[in-house]
Amino acid sequence: MNELPQQLVNGLSMGALYGLVAIGYTMVYGIVQLINFAHGEIFMIGGFGALTTYLALPGGTPLWVAIPLMIIGGAIASVAVATAAERFAYRPLRNAPKLAPLITAIGLSIALQQLVWGFYPNAKDKRSFPEFTGEAFKITESLQIQRADLFILVLAPLCMMALGVFVSKSRSGRAMQATAQDPDTAKLMGINTDRIIVMAFAIGAAFAAVAAVAYGLERGQIGFEMGFVLGLKAFTAAVLGGIGNIYGAMVGGVVLGLAESLSIAYIEDIPGMQQLGGGAWSNVWAFVLLILVLLVRPQGLLGERVADRA
Amino acid sequence: MRHRSLLILTSVLTTGALTLTACGSRDDKGGSDNNADGGGVTVVIGVDAPLTGSLSALGQGIKNSVDLAVKTANKNKEVPGVTFKIEGLDDQAVPASGQANATKLVGNKDVLGVVGPLNSGVSQQMQGVFAAANLAQVSPANTNPALSQGDNWGKGEFKRPFPTYFRTAATDVVQGKFAAQYLFKDAGKKKVFVVDDKQTYGAGLAAIFSDEFKRLGGQVVDTDHVTVKETDFSSTADKVKASGADSVYFGGQYPEGGLLSDQIKKTGAKIPVMGGDGIYDPAFISASAEANDGDLATSIGYPVEKLDTAKKFIADYNAGGYKDPYAAYGGYSYDAGWAIIQAVKAVVAANNGKLPSDARAKVTEALGKVSFDGVTGKVSFDEFGDTTNKQLTVYKVEGGKWIDVKSDTFNQ
Repeated sequence: MNELPQQLVNGLSMGALYGLVAIGYTMVYGIVQLINFAHGEIFMIGGFGALTTYLALPGGTPLWVAIPLMIIGGAIASVAVATAAERFAYRPLRNAPKLAPLITAIGLSIALQQLVWGFYPNAKDKRSFPEFTGEAFKITESLQIQRADLFILVLAPLCMMALGVFVSKSRSGRAMQATAQDPDTAKLMGINTDRIIVMAFAIGAAFAAVAAVAYGLERGQIGFEMGFVLGLKAFTAAVLGGIGNIYGAMVGGVVLGLAESLSIAYIEDIPGMQQLGGGAWSNVWAFVLLILVLLVRPQGLLGERVADRA
Repeated sequence: MRHRSLLILTSVLTTGALTLTACGSRDDKGGSDNNADGGGVTVVIGVDAPLTGSLSALGQGIKNSVDLAVKTANKNKEVPGVTFKIEGLDDQAVPASGQANATKLVGNKDVLGVVGPLNSGVSQQMQGVFAAANLAQVSPANTNPALSQGDNWGKGEFKRPFPTYFRTAATDVVQGKFAAQYLFKDAGKKKVFVVDDKQTYGAGLAAIFSDEFKRLGGQVVDTDHVTVKETDFSSTADKVKASGADSVYFGGQYPEGGLLSDQIKKTGAKIPVMGGDGIYDPAFISASAEANDGDLATSIGYPVEKLDTAKKFIADYNAGGYKDPYAAYGGYSYDAGWAIIQAVKAVVAANNGKLPSDARAKVTEALGKVSFDGVTGKVSFDEFGDTTNKQLTVYKVEGGKWIDVKSDTFNQ
């Protein structure tokens, strides 16, 4: 039985998830050169916002009605927290040395995790999340696509396209590019840079909420710790693709996801590498790839093209 | 000015949250102050378990059960002149935190025994600290054989590394072999795929299981490892499906085990996943909506609900008003706490009703000799500090619940 198509689908859906979260890292970095380590927690809060919305809906609501509402509910929660974090944690430190906002971000990440752990009902254990019912789609004998995988594989490119159009065509999007290139000059041209920065945080948070809903639908559970590992992976994806570049985030995510799933499946088949294969080593191989890419292209796969970083 | 106040607000929030993570364990008031009035002595039983984090459901059950043992002892005046209290510390299942907690407990002169921890990996870092201070430790849940029988137990050289270490849980040797025998003989599975989480407990259990399964004539078709705290195991699940195995053995804990089982079933491979006591938890089944029917787990002892000795424990626990359930290790934790209380009782009785000056060493010595009927059956320790109780039960998921299918005493 040929495993390859199946592992490619696994890698793509994992990668699309990384990519959606990576957008948040890359947009914020592109504009204020801040690595927002609390973004993994913004993702987590999006998940809990979506779960709260789902629980508030009358029982028996069909999932296709519930999902758009859950995305909206999750996005409201994550955007609210992200903009509040920007306003109260990062903006006061905007002119401080670079390390201060970085440490603040780490502190914020711990704070958000513990707040959810302490105050969300029953969040000390994993909370179960609605899932698609029904069998996976069987394409061939060796390839089947889970409904949740299909959901993210369709939604992620749509989100990316919408973001691409927004950044390159809309007035606010162009203002965003201008701010990324040179905040001071942008301000002189009458752009409200504070508003643009808030917008970058908000867009990243909304994407994270979409990713969190996809994550919940696929795993059937969310938990207060879910943002930590995924946040690190998404940050890696952003660096791999070229931090500051929105398309790079998606490309980096997909490459990272494929690297992980293929290394789990195939490294151990290489003679003499049996010990270095399997799930235990997938992160190692993903980072080996990252190092190799950065050695050859320090600016990341798509590079930090200043012109359209935003 | 406005900016400064914002900055202060942020730092207060952050600090507040950081403090939150550390709270829940502030019972430092030493009992020695009470010595003056009434001649009562306070003995502290330390508890170390993951009280926060993904294993907190188990950890809280451990702490509450020891608390119940202590309250029962105080109510019955089990040891005349001695009042027991607990000091619960959180290790978050992190070895370094466990070591720090061990140091803290050793520093408190009133601590004469410690119950914990949950994780074998954490225990490795605590044993040495306790041994140096002659402080007895009774784990209700550690199952790694090396903790009591030395690193070379696999080669048949048994050497107890730390005389202060005891446990009320049976080792993985017992559990892994019992699981292999059940899966091969009772369930009739011949081709197993073995997955572990690379931790001391999971990897050890998986290795013991594999050896026994092969010895019985079964085939281990392939192995893989997963990383703790990750949630996407679909690549591993597809490998399981492609391998054509008729069953999966998972060495690890329920957060990963539950998801792995669900993701294997999602691939269309309708085969059972079996594991040790680490996956024997309701959260394994509720990990996602995917049905786990047919999955198996071994656990130490007979089902607590079915033991006559446990009925009182369950009634008292429910009456105690604890927020969290006693979970998988409640009975063993109660017995561990009670064993320490009995040891203190013996020491006090041998010293004319008073605590001797070298109480810690005496308690450790007495612990090796305790014997009583506990919640989980007869509680006593062998020459390695291991429990002499080798009863095990296989549980199976049926209709979304763990149902016991076979209980037996392991001998061999």
